[in-house]
Amino acid sequence: MSNRITKEQVEHVASLAKLELSEKQLPYFTDQLSNIMGLFESFEEVDTSDIEPTFNVTDQINTMREDVADNWNEKESLLQNAPDVADDLIRTPTIIDESED
Amino acid sequence: MNLLNKNIAEIHESLVNGDITAEQLTTEVIKNAKNNEDKIGAFITINEEQAIAEAKKVDEKGIDPDNLLSGIPVALKDNLLTKDILTTAGSKMLYNFKPIIDATVVKKLSDLGTISIGKTNMDEFAMGGSTETSAMKITKNPWNLTKVPGGSSGGSAAAVAAGDVLAALGSDTGGSIRQPASFNGIVGMKPTYGRVSRWGLIAFASSFDQVGPLTKNVYDNALLLNAISGHDEHDMTSSDQKVPDFTKNIKSGVKGMKIGLPKEYLGEGIDEDVKQAILKAADVYRELGAEVEEVSLPHNKYGVAAYYIIAPSEASSNLQRFDGIRYGYRAKDAKNLEELYVKSRSEGFGDEVKRRIMLGTYSLSAGSYDAYFKKAAEIRTLIINDFKKVFNDYDLIMTPTTPTPAFGIGEENDDPLTMYMNDALTIPANMAGIPGMSVPAGFSKDGMPIGMQLLARHFDEESIYKAGYAFEQNTDFHTKTPKMMGGEK
Repeated sequence: MSNRITKEQVEHVASLAKLELSEKQLPYFTDQLSNIMGLFESFEEVDTSDIEPTFNVTDQINTMREDVADNWNEKESLLQNAPDVADDLIRTPTIIDESED
Repeated sequence: MNLLNKNIAEIHESLVNGDITAEQLTTEVIKNAKNNEDKIGAFITINEEQAIAEAKKVDEKGIDPDNLLSGIPVALKDNLLTKDILTTAGSKMLYNFKPIIDATVVKKLSDLGTISIGKTNMDEFAMGGSTETSAMKITKNPWNLTKVPGGSSGGSAAAVAAGDVLAALGSDTGGSIRQPASFNGIVGMKPTYGRVSRWGLIAFASSFDQVGPLTKNVYDNALLLNAISGHDEHDMTSSDQKVPDFTKNIKSGVKGMKIGLPKEYLGEGIDEDVKQAILKAADVYRELGAEVEEVSLPHNKYGVAAYYIIAPSEASSNLQRFDGIRYGYRAKDAKNLEELYVKSRSEGFGDEVKRRIMLGTYSLSAGSYDAYFKKAAEIRTLIINDFKKVFNDYDLIMTPTTPTPAFGIGEENDDPLTMYMNDALTIPANMAGIPGMSVPAGFSKDGMPIGMQLLARHFDEESIYKAGYAFEQNTDFHTKTPKMMGGEK
């Protein structure tokens, strides 16, 4: 199979998407993505030089609404879904790794 | 109570006459669904308690004789938000997620008095065509337990085919309602983009996603679409076009209708049994007075490639919200915030979701945007133009729904590309935003259902229902039921 995407590229794309791949997963995903990208080679047959791209197919253009805040009073249910809560706030680890200070 | 060979009007009549109460019906239906679960595995959650409470309320209020849906049990795909009821989208990422709202379609159905008995299994975040990418369980095809039910709305389709419920909602991004409907011998409609609100549908690819009904027959399907259609202020892409009563002209037949049969849909890669079933269906329409002629959709063959750029691109953006912070899965022992994001996402998402996120991220990245994303969007325009041209002269297009009947569980797992080709005939409708429906049109030699797809102009679901109904009245495929579920084939 031709290498349409390299391991390095897959690693880079994974990091952009906030994913990490193990040593074992990297060649597996690289092969599969490379294989899938073979599909896109058929694009070369199609001349689209005068064709406008389509990004959506809705018949609604620029729907506007009043910009007003709305309180749903759902704080408790929302916090019940949070993995870690302290003092009615969602808790996360620190941005900087404290263990390396 | 098994609902094989029943329809909504019959059940409604029993409820109105007081032969059965909504509570008794719900209790019986849940009992039957639970029995079927061991064999089929259609549900992620069965909401017994809430369902019976809802049914009691309907009984107290009294069954509305003018509302066919009052007290009717339904099932919902697990990517539709249900207030306080577990909603996982088939992902470990949302293994414990209880939404604070109902999706608009869920609210519309419950306002009409339908009883949701449970949330159905699906491919993770609706990415897949066999329901095997679900992190929750494997769902089996009621017609043959070694076969997949299709996907991604495989649980909804299997629940209807097995007689658990008469109707279920699914979602369709590249065929996820029509393909499982076809694999299970039932009716599945993907409405026009914008016909149905997407608010509260967990987003996969926002320019394609539509919610739609899966039912045992065409009339019931139209009833359900009546119930869920219409503009919603919460979904800026939902259309303000008037919603007709889809059942009103459903019996008016196909005499004089012009139906196109695209030659590209009957060529290479199409199973012989499938091809024969569709050619026979064309003859049925001719006998009923429709004109069926060969047409051409020359750019449809690039649909799969363009789809697997645009849909993953939209998905990579939509799925950024899953970061382990506010809800859902959070990885243990992350030392800092970055690690929390990366570990939560890497542990929470399955392989198919990762593949698509990476494919999308790559297609949108600086060096690839023009060659991939923009080019795919231009091809999307060409596909739309092909449809426009045919619909200038024809009312409908008829095709097979899928190239083959249901394949075996585990058969296509290691080969994403083969799996993707299953969507080749359904993707173009999502590309163009036009409506499409699969109706039962035959059986393969080994007894698996075959589906016919009917496509129409934007917002012309009425023509599809008319033609679907006429076909159903003149064939008996929809009356067959899986023997292993207690039906007779």
